[in-house]
Amino acid sequence: MNVADIVQAMFGGLSQYGEILALVSNSVWAGAVLGLVGGLIGVFVMQRDMAFAVHGISELSFAGAAVALLVGVDVVTGSIVGSLIAAAIIGWLGARARDRNSIIGVLMPFGLGIGILCLSLYNGRAAGRFSLLTGQIVSVQSEQLGWLTGICALVLIGLLVIWRPLRFDSLDPQSAAARGVPTVGVSFAFMLLLGLVVAVAVHIIGALLVMALVVTPAAAAMRVRSGPLAVPVLAAVFGVVSAVGGILLAVMGTLPVSPYITTVSFVIYLVCRAIGSRRDRIVRSTSSSATAVPQP
Amino acid sequence: MTSPADASAAAPRLRIRGAGIRRDDRELWSGLDLDVAPGELVAVLGPSGSGKTTLLRAILGLQELSEGTVEAVGQPVRRRGNRRVGYLPQARPLPPETPLRGRDLVTLGVDGHRFGFPIPRRGDRARVSALIEAVGAGSFADRPAGTLSGGEQQRLRVGQALADDPRLLLCDEPLTSLDLANQQAVVELIDRHRRTGAGALPVTHDINPVLDIVDRILYLANGRFTLGTPREVLTTRVLSDLYGVPVFVSEVGGRLVVVGAPDAESAAHHHDGPEGEGAA
Repeated sequence: MNVADIVQAMFGGLSQYGEILALVSNSVWAGAVLGLVGGLIGVFVMQRDMAFAVHGISELSFAGAAVALLVGVDVVTGSIVGSLIAAAIIGWLGARARDRNSIIGVLMPFGLGIGILCLSLYNGRAAGRFSLLTGQIVSVQSEQLGWLTGICALVLIGLLVIWRPLRFDSLDPQSAAARGVPTVGVSFAFMLLLGLVVAVAVHIIGALLVMALVVTPAAAAMRVRSGPLAVPVLAAVFGVVSAVGGILLAVMGTLPVSPYITTVSFVIYLVCRAIGSRRDRIVRSTSSSATAVPQP
Repeated sequence: MTSPADASAAAPRLRIRGAGIRRDDRELWSGLDLDVAPGELVAVLGPSGSGKTTLLRAILGLQELSEGTVEAVGQPVRRRGNRRVGYLPQARPLPPETPLRGRDLVTLGVDGHRFGFPIPRRGDRARVSALIEAVGAGSFADRPAGTLSGGEQQRLRVGQALADDPRLLLCDEPLTSLDLANQQAVVELIDRHRRTGAGALPVTHDINPVLDIVDRILYLANGRFTLGTPREVLTTRVLSDLYGVPVFVSEVGGRLVVVGAPDAESAAHHHDGPEGEGAA
């Protein structure tokens, strides 16, 4: 592949960009809503130290989708079922971080194995096969896109309803329980919402890359801000920019969408990290000079 | 003649009757009777594993008693958690990237239990500011919570615990890993709150920082307990009797030290070390 081929693959569709955009407008909307919800829920994923759980859920979601593909039922339903089962198991057995990581470590290869088995037994169109692992939003049918968008909206509402108790529980479960927060119920509700977001993300960006929309934007936001409003808002903005930006860049050519989304979200993270470490240095130097003042 | 308000002011903030807790077939303590009067401060002492934290959890309704009853702030404890009881957990440093400012730790005490869309209620902001003022955290309340020192975080946690002006304040090792100045600051905040007529029940492994403000001591050890003033409880005779082994209480440089008290767990299974065999 020479440079001309690469340029053709990346920008070949530029002359018909307007027509392509009209075709993928539903995908752009789905990506935007997922980016928004993924960024928001990611803040809690980071605070509860559950990035690995996201990965584990996404592999079982992939398995559910692959099983659904093989037996001929709706793939989105299959991914949601797989995702919710994984989220429930992790939420139920993995209350403590150490237990959780070992349970995820056990579940994840099993889920991937089941999924790969089902995909190899599947005789249908080859194009659909690996899109579950690496994602191809533009090939998702518009009816399913409606479902995915609706699920994201549902998660958004659920997340806002439990927002304050969840924030309390994520920071200090003991104090939250002491003040009457039903911590077990809140944690379980969070796992179910996370399961739904991951199931949607599997279709849009692929099971292997879910974290680019559910972990990276929040991690980036937490590098540069610490306010209770600023972090979620910024994470949501980063998520939307990554998802929408990735799709808009990808449809200029013939390459898959996911690498664009992961790259955009990674670049945002790098920039935030650079800004964050600069800010840390400034804070440290000002606080050390402040303590130096009273000394004679 | 007493009005109802006077009667409620005189009623105990905490009333425990015949309480006991068994865990893994081991009796942590039993037959515990304790009244905490308004404005009274009862320190809970004892070796680790003696069930001090479990006692606090039972008062909050987070741990079921094997026997007996607990009444907190005039009401039997039934549900899990109680907003009328303040709870100050052990000081644990927050992760540096915690997406909250210092002020938000206090806000959690005010609205952290509320479900529904997170729209601030009228008066919440003023309440949070008043609490921050009360614990002297105004100068650092707007900095990121994860960058605050342990003492600053603990002051804000006191503010969180006092959100509903609780008539009973439980503290679990409130002074651990704080420097002397911050220990004094937190002790003063606890003392000031109980002077408003609230009962206070701090769990601590070191009595010295709170010795000046303690009314009585509940000493848990060995599945049993002793209750009394510091002078009554912290003596060689009483603690030796409680532990069942010789324990010495002495004053060193103005500090009370308890020497020879075994831990609850290690006392249960003593065995000869390998060095005994090597010496032969």
